[in-house]
Amino acid sequence: MLIDFFCKLRDYKVPCTIRELLDLIRVLEQHVVFANIDDFYVVSRAVLVKDESYFDKFDRAFADYFKGVSTIELDLSAIPEDWLKKHFEKMLSDEEKAKISAMGGLDKLMETLAERLKEQEERHEGGNKWIGTGGTSPFGANGYNPEGVRVGQENSRHRQAVKVWDKRQYRNLDDNVEIGTRNIKVALRKLRKFARTGASDVLALDDTISATARNAGYLDIKMKPERHNAIKLLMFFDVGGSMDDHIKVCEQLFSAVHTEFKHLEFFYFHNCVYEHVWRDNNRRTSEPVDIHKVIHTYGSDYKVIFIGDATMGPYEITYPGGSVEHWNEEPGSVWMKRLLSHFDKSIWLNPQEERQWSYYSSIDIMKSIVANKMYPLTVEGLTQGIKALL
Amino acid sequence: MKSFNGTGNYIASKALQLAVNAAITLERPLLIKGEPGTGKTMLAEELALSLGTELIPWHIKSTTKAQQGLYEYDAVSRLRDSQLGDEKVHDISNYIVKGKLWHAFTADQRPVLLIDEIDKADIEFPNDLLLELDKMEFFVYETQEKVVAKQRPIIIITSNNEKELPDAFLRRCFFHYISFPEAEEMKAIVDVHFPNIKQKLLDEALALFFDLREIPGLKKKPSTSELIDWLKLLLAEDIDIDVLQETRTKKVIPPLHGALLKNEQDVHLFEKLAFMHRSHR
Repeated sequence: MLIDFFCKLRDYKVPCTIRELLDLIRVLEQHVVFANIDDFYVVSRAVLVKDESYFDKFDRAFADYFKGVSTIELDLSAIPEDWLKKHFEKMLSDEEKAKISAMGGLDKLMETLAERLKEQEERHEGGNKWIGTGGTSPFGANGYNPEGVRVGQENSRHRQAVKVWDKRQYRNLDDNVEIGTRNIKVALRKLRKFARTGASDVLALDDTISATARNAGYLDIKMKPERHNAIKLLMFFDVGGSMDDHIKVCEQLFSAVHTEFKHLEFFYFHNCVYEHVWRDNNRRTSEPVDIHKVIHTYGSDYKVIFIGDATMGPYEITYPGGSVEHWNEEPGSVWMKRLLSHFDKSIWLNPQEERQWSYYSSIDIMKSIVANKMYPLTVEGLTQGIKALL
Repeated sequence: MKSFNGTGNYIASKALQLAVNAAITLERPLLIKGEPGTGKTMLAEELALSLGTELIPWHIKSTTKAQQGLYEYDAVSRLRDSQLGDEKVHDISNYIVKGKLWHAFTADQRPVLLIDEIDKADIEFPNDLLLELDKMEFFVYETQEKVVAKQRPIIIITSNNEKELPDAFLRRCFFHYISFPEAEEMKAIVDVHFPNIKQKLLDEALALFFDLREIPGLKKKPSTSELIDWLKLLLAEDIDIDVLQETRTKKVIPPLHGALLKNEQDVHLFEKLAFMHRSHR
């Protein structure tokens, strides 16, 4: 019986091993829990899952195994439908709207949504259905969002309380969901951990020899701190215009980065980097910083992160005079390349949803300029990006 | 072995009790994560107390090495002693300093070993302890002696999630995430700390506290330990219930908020919200 359960967990991409399955069987054998599903849930979770970011996946697998997904239904009764409709329409892109009308309108959509839910969960990554993948699409996210369509098993006939695993209270800890300050910090710490390796002291041999000699042959040990390889970070934030939609997530990233790094410098730009960037957005015209100065001030060992949606007219990158704010003698791509060739490692983080990238040719252009090192601004994207930075 | 049901000072959720008991029964280390201030370290202390056994705390710092938990060979003092012609020098075991793990392995009664904040250490730290935690034995090269655990200690490991722990290490542990207590549980926790607190005062204070946690954008949400500090202050200052009630309905800054909000920006944010609320009325 537990083998099937184990396989179900693996299907839901909960990383658990045979060793842990054996542990679980031993727990049952020792009668730590006995014939109580709630206790079993808790104990099996403690034994099989080792990170709270997998709790949500575990909950879904558990619900699937013990109830079967056939009972998952949408509880739409509490929400006025018109409101829902409007809310959805606001959140959908044009492409999606077209697809919805092709599917027979919102009513039909709701039905299919229920059917597709399970399908989508199984194909958590890489799915190409319109519900969206990874829980980050407006539709998909809404589908799981407590404020939107609530998905959960509710046995209305018996007025039974919702089971713990159906509450899915660890949803926020799943690392595919959108970024939060705490999540960002954890992701950023991957950068920091390399800065911290070998924090202990080492023997300073030369010093020890001369100190011992001076000490008339009596041993005098000298230690010196091991060299730290502190990460230095240079960040460029796109501000204004289309970035207004992404202020919140950028703010979170900003505050998380701020507390994590000792060597951190940041600049702002608008849409694309041209000859100037600026440090204070209020004084962008009075105190611009020359890109050449940036290049000369900061060594090539600084890691560079651009944060921007790269959503603009393609000419803003590729043509002289393309900037919407001033006449630029050289195209933005030239300035970008100057920065990129000076610094060893750089990435671009894009708060736009990844599946929308293909609709904007400017994103394509920018992506090729940064040698494909463009990542979505989610925890997963950040993690990948940081890997590329190291 | 007795099972753990929380203590007079510590309310453990059912899930936590089960996880602890499973770890005790199967002799596996238990990894505890959770928001700061939810009582991760306290669990080990209270567990030792309720089992009536010794607690061996090992607090991890960024400079801690796994070897220090086993033993350290103090070569420097041996060299010094040799220069001074001390008799001790001839026995190397005089210079072996026992670590926390050694103490835990050789304790007479099955002790509770707390490895506190394991994520603070170097990334290799957990990997270096794999075999020792698995087999509960290690080898002292200097004296050619094998230290084997008399009985497997109960090991509680806490982490604040600053680093990801290696997979091989995780597979050997049980895991529990202390989620933030619900209002009911919170009441029980407060009751344990302040048995004579006035019910109405507590209700108001708790409501205020949970409201505060709901404010979006707080850098550090107040947690259990902050609540308890705050209540302590409220009682010491003898704050009136009406003041709390007023605070809640009118959305003004709660009295003694310094105990709840530890971050300057959070206080600013809260003041701003309170101000906006007032100007709206």
